[in-house]
Amino acid sequence: MGVLDSKVPQGLLAEKWVNHKNKINLVNPANKRNIDIILVGTGLAGGSAAATLAELGYNVKTFCYQDSPRRAHSIAAQGGINAAKNYQGDGDSDYRLFYDTVKGGDYRSRESNVYRLAEVSGNIIDQCVAQGVPFAREYGGLLDNRSFGGVLVSRTFYAKGQTGQQLLLGCYSAMNRQINRGKIQSYTRHEMLDVVLVDGKARGIIARDLVTGEIERHSAHAVVIASGGYGNVFFLSTNAMGSNVTAAWKVHKKGAFFANPCFTQIHPTCIPVSGEHQSKLTLMSESLRNDGRIWVPKKLEDAKAIREGKLKPTQLAEEDRDYYLERRYPAFGNLVPRDVASRAAKERCDAGFGVNKTGEAVYLDFSAAFMRYGKEAVSTQKIENASEEQIRELGKAVVEAKYGNLFQMYEKIVDENPYQTPMKIYPAVHYTMGGLWVDYNLQTTVPGLYAAGEANFSDHGANRLGASALMQGLADGYFVLPYTMGDYLANDIRTGKIPTDSPEFDEAERNIRGQLERFLNTKGTKSVDYFHKRLGKIMWDKVGMSRNATGLKEAISEIKALREEFWNEVRVPGTIDSMNPELEKAGRVADFLELGELFAKDALHREESCGGHFREEYQTEEGEALRDDENFMYVAAWEYTGEPANAILHKEELKYENIEVKTRSYK
Amino acid sequence: MNLTLKIWRQKDAASKGGIQTYPLGGVEPDMSFLEMLDVLNQELIDKGEEPVVFDHDCREGICGTCSLQINGEPHGPDRGVTTCQLHMRMFKDGDTITIEPFRAKAFPVIKDLVVDRSSFERIQQAGGYISVNTSGNTQDANSIPIPKDQADAAFYAATCIGCGACVAACKNASAMLFTSAKVSQMALLPQGEIEADRRVLAMVEQMDKEGFGNCTNTGACEIECPKGISLENIARMNREYLRASVK
Ligand code: SF4
Ligand code: FES
Repeated sequence: MGVLDSKVPQGLLAEKWVNHKNKINLVNPANKRNIDIILVGTGLAGGSAAATLAELGYNVKTFCYQDSPRRAHSIAAQGGINAAKNYQGDGDSDYRLFYDTVKGGDYRSRESNVYRLAEVSGNIIDQCVAQGVPFAREYGGLLDNRSFGGVLVSRTFYAKGQTGQQLLLGCYSAMNRQINRGKIQSYTRHEMLDVVLVDGKARGIIARDLVTGEIERHSAHAVVIASGGYGNVFFLSTNAMGSNVTAAWKVHKKGAFFANPCFTQIHPTCIPVSGEHQSKLTLMSESLRNDGRIWVPKKLEDAKAIREGKLKPTQLAEEDRDYYLERRYPAFGNLVPRDVASRAAKERCDAGFGVNKTGEAVYLDFSAAFMRYGKEAVSTQKIENASEEQIRELGKAVVEAKYGNLFQMYEKIVDENPYQTPMKIYPAVHYTMGGLWVDYNLQTTVPGLYAAGEANFSDHGANRLGASALMQGLADGYFVLPYTMGDYLANDIRTGKIPTDSPEFDEAERNIRGQLERFLNTKGTKSVDYFHKRLGKIMWDKVGMSRNATGLKEAISEIKALREEFWNEVRVPGTIDSMNPELEKAGRVADFLELGELFAKDALHREESCGGHFREEYQTEEGEALRDDENFMYVAAWEYTGEPANAILHKEELKYENIEVKTRSYK
Repeated sequence: MNLTLKIWRQKDAASKGGIQTYPLGGVEPDMSFLEMLDVLNQELIDKGEEPVVFDHDCREGICGTCSLQINGEPHGPDRGVTTCQLHMRMFKDGDTITIEPFRAKAFPVIKDLVVDRSSFERIQQAGGYISVNTSGNTQDANSIPIPKDQADAAFYAATCIGCGACVAACKNASAMLFTSAKVSQMALLPQGEIEADRRVLAMVEQMDKEGFGNCTNTGACEIECPKGISLENIARMNREYLRASVK
């Protein structure tokens, strides 16, 4: 059994990382050539780690299920990346970024990790610019910033609504340079199906070539899981269709603890569900909340008339609109953190104020921004006697320059012009703060096995702030793993190549082959998607935006029953030795069906509300989350023992020495 | 809506493929094109047949995984969108829709509608980067001011998603638009200048090796590109190439 030692270095918060780096072991350049590292996932965390480790001289193998590392789902991140550069001179600092992140995470993250994140955040921007990432700039040629939810400074760097894309392409180009040098071998259309442990250490993986179906063995001295989050357990989410928990779940089953699975972020601004056929949900960047105002009608009869198509939102007078975020949270208004904004939308819709056919949508309205920007333009362009119409048009042009691609995307999907009528939005599953438990070095409870980016649990506590995922992925990959892994690998310089013909590899391969064959031989009556959708519905209804003990208990038994049904009734066509997406999905859904149960169990055990985890039993009179710091100020790390229901809880107590623990208030 | 789908089926790279016809009912206008194919696949699985294999992932127009030649056009009849963003409201009840893989010698078919675009990977590996190590003491980001227009132009070139529609649209199956977008992004930035010559020569050489055709300036690529990558990039790459090769 692993011991939960977070290995946080001694010393002052601001000095921990520097001191740690000075003290840990290094591997000399000649020896690095004898050391192999496997990275699973090539998004921002995996891609940046791969490039940097290869630059240092290690032999790196990367694995991604996509046909190119550049297609990992980090590519879809829209809004931006935070960094405490204080270019705006608005009082930002490492401490403030640290403070905002810990507070935003509702005091459920590890202080030392978050501080390190803030500390390296500035370097990330320098690195990306040096690589040629074309961030947005001001006319003076310097970098531009914007604000995101939950903070009072402007520290978000961005590239229109495609920041994730540009950062990932930066990483990918750094990877390409190493591929060209022969230091990275990039395995695309490959899926990791298991980790192989030898003498208790992670020494390789079993992967399937998704084109030929061949099952392959790859060995290494250390393995990094950077395979992203598990939001697709809900079936509908903003994740890519292929995003999955398999890599993380398989290592969990081999001994890596899984931390805080119930901490999931429901993003407030997504395009609402349009029908039964829906396969995924699309996010509208949080940056829109800089300029858009969120509202629903004040009167129930107006909401009803809008739903029935008898009234248009633009016909509703100002005094008949309820800008509920501005009303409830005057200090932060539309820029409250995501969990708060999502719950507030659900509260209004549950009360009957929803504005689309299903009653599950609120407005995100830019008309005030059009006028505000228009007036600015009139004054800078010295236009005299501009008409209201002229002002509005000028303002629209400014908004288009800022968010044009998002507006266009919205129009393509919804078939409504958001320049003319307010957007409709609703919360959707977006990100998972929970993940593999890691210590300060990002090592899991299995020696030699690391987890980075969204796949680990470390920095965001119970709620992640906007533009912090990109920051964390790149911090882990560019600036943390390359140091901390050296400390471990220093003991492996004489190990030599890890053979793949050992009994451990034999057994791992046999198990995987057995599982794949079982899927194909079950020859049941229902498709993989059928089960995935049912799982998603249980999760959304009972383990979603608000949870209660009764629902969670039901969810646990329903998921268990569904899992049994899946194994007996699933139909997977095709063969093992060919390209077979249904077979791929079957493996992923099998793992979601186990994770889902642990997720609900974790949510049930956490008898408090914090961040994205809202238990109906634990709320204030005003409906705000009610934390229980006395009993739950810990990370819940679960140890697998054969069934999710029997997972054993290990607690990492959280200590806040550099920040005062308060009730989070955005009023 | 009721549709007739004519879909290219091919068992694997080595097999010969052909068009098969599938009637499909119950299609709604606000489904995406790929959701329509999901419905078809569900029916096929229920009937015990093998579903149609196609590439897709993000389903929001950014990863560049989805492809498809729809009624002869890459990403279908709508402009400025990828197949995953194409909606069925672009079609009418009773339509016949032909769905084929992207066609190009450098994009061999893997199965059904899935093609191998690793040739694009190799072009980028040949030189699509700026040689800078990750160190943590790179110079401050604001120490290299870049005029906004130039930064914006680099950004627009960098929004290419690597989908390959430009190749599929071109009668010569040329990869000039794709390659020039990457070359342009870096040529437009001061950080990329130092290696500009080496980069353009290496990338163009790799592009030719992969078996992409020549550019004859028909401009079909620009029309079909879902991200609006402009032909100006090709002109810029030609200038860069010329300059580099006479040195
Ligand atoms: S240039 Fe356009 S069509 Fe070609 S790969 Fe890039 S995005 Fe696709
Ligand atoms: S699936 Fe990602 S662009 Fe279409």
